[in-house]
Amino acid sequence: MSPSLALLARDLKLAFREGGAIGTALGFYLVVIAIAPLGLGPDLNLLARIAPGMLWVALLLAALLSAGRIFHNDYEDGTLDILTCGPLPLSLVAAIKSLAHWITTGVPLALLTPLLGLLLNLPQQASPFLVLAMLAGTPAVSFVAAIGASLTLGLKRSGLLLALLVLPLYVPVLIFGVATASAAITGPASPWPPFLMLCAFSLASIVLAPLAASAALRIALR
Amino acid sequence: MPSLANPTRFLSLVDRLVPWLTALTAILFAAGLYLAFFVAPPDYQQGETVRIMFIHVPAAWLAMFGYMLIAAASLGTLIWRHPLADVAAKTAVPIGATFAFITLVTGSLWGKPMWGTYWVWDARLTSMLVLFLLYLGLAALWQAIEEPGRAGRAAAILALVGVINIPIIKFSVDWWNTLHQPASVVRLGGPTIDPSMLVPLVVMAIAFTLLFVVLHLIAMRAEILRRRVQAMQKTQVEHAALAGA
Amino acid sequence: MPDLGPHAGFIVAAYGVTFVAVVGLALAIVADDRKQRRLLADLERKGIRRRSAGAAKPARPARKKRS
Repeated sequence: MSPSLALLARDLKLAFREGGAIGTALGFYLVVIAIAPLGLGPDLNLLARIAPGMLWVALLLAALLSAGRIFHNDYEDGTLDILTCGPLPLSLVAAIKSLAHWITTGVPLALLTPLLGLLLNLPQQASPFLVLAMLAGTPAVSFVAAIGASLTLGLKRSGLLLALLVLPLYVPVLIFGVATASAAITGPASPWPPFLMLCAFSLASIVLAPLAASAALRIALR
Repeated sequence: MPSLANPTRFLSLVDRLVPWLTALTAILFAAGLYLAFFVAPPDYQQGETVRIMFIHVPAAWLAMFGYMLIAAASLGTLIWRHPLADVAAKTAVPIGATFAFITLVTGSLWGKPMWGTYWVWDARLTSMLVLFLLYLGLAALWQAIEEPGRAGRAAAILALVGVINIPIIKFSVDWWNTLHQPASVVRLGGPTIDPSMLVPLVVMAIAFTLLFVVLHLIAMRAEILRRRVQAMQKTQVEHAALAGA
Repeated sequence: MPDLGPHAGFIVAAYGVTFVAVVGLALAIVADDRKQRRLLADLERKGIRRRSAGAAKPARPARKKRS
């Protein structure tokens, strides 16, 4: 097996074995969506209008809160130092770990969305577009989160700091992600232009974010 | 500028420049404020509140300028390892953040008499809010990492990631804004800027820019001295330990 | 001072907040600058040199700081 696939398989295995990592993110997503109507009132029309935005924001928070573990465990036990000396360039290591985070966090969160959409009276026709948008946008979320994870490696309160650093960078993902779903709800505007912007942003993140993340890793490991 | 890379030479340059620049700044502010209040006419649409523009617009420019400066300094840190680059980046953060804050507050106070609310999610104010958050992120990162070398390099990466994202964020916020407010195109600066307003605006802009430069130079001097003090304090402790041993 | 119209309060508030913010920032920066210069002068008086290289006198007993 090639070293890249081996690293990916290892990270996926560890995440699934740990179980709690994936489950906690999903649970957090559920909790936020469940208590939001308690704060906003049960008016179904209101909930339906804010559902895409609410779901996206909750997803971003859930993904960010689990982003610390992208590098943390390997940093703690020294594996990261070994990976630095290994056959794979560090930027590829960062990319693979970001990919593993997407598969184990972004994708499950996106797939849970239709169910949570029921809680917020998300219009039927928007659901598939929202899931599609989330599947297209969560790679950007994971890959950019890895930049935050590498910058805050080993620091106190790194979870909150990571979220503070990275959330402003998610503004384009949020805007175009919600627009894709809203366009499917409200009418003549096509959802595809914002969807394509989302794809473009994700693709750019996949290529560029690992470079920043690996540079930050080198700084943290020095 | 290799001669400016030497901290000692930089310090002496700062010592010589600051008094003159401070005086010049004061003069320009005096002139600018006079022009703003006694020469510029009230706007036909917004009345006297347009005078807030003479702070709001320069502050917005300087908040952007500050971040660009930090991004340039970050390149200096990471690529050329210029010894003063991270000092420049670190000290610019509070100054730029203050100007972003001023932009937001004056924008809010300008918006209330104009549109009836203290905050509107128009494209420019929203983008400025995001810029303010980026400044906060930089400040938080500088604060969180103790070792100054690592802090400088990490903050440099964050600043560069931010600067690459700023045009994308601006584009998406503009797009979002037109999506939600198709009708009202009330720009905070008014549809056009009358020439009688342009001169006071430019004078205030130059005054604020000089203020930025003066404060930045003093802050850089303080930071350079702080690092020397810390190094010497470390030596002091080492010698005391040796003497006591 | 010309008549600032019905919204004078907002104009004054805007300029006021700006003034406070700028002065606060300037005071913080200048105070820090003065503090570092004072600390540096104190350390140099005690004979501490920058960088351990070069003969540095051993630390003398701490003198009363000039207030």
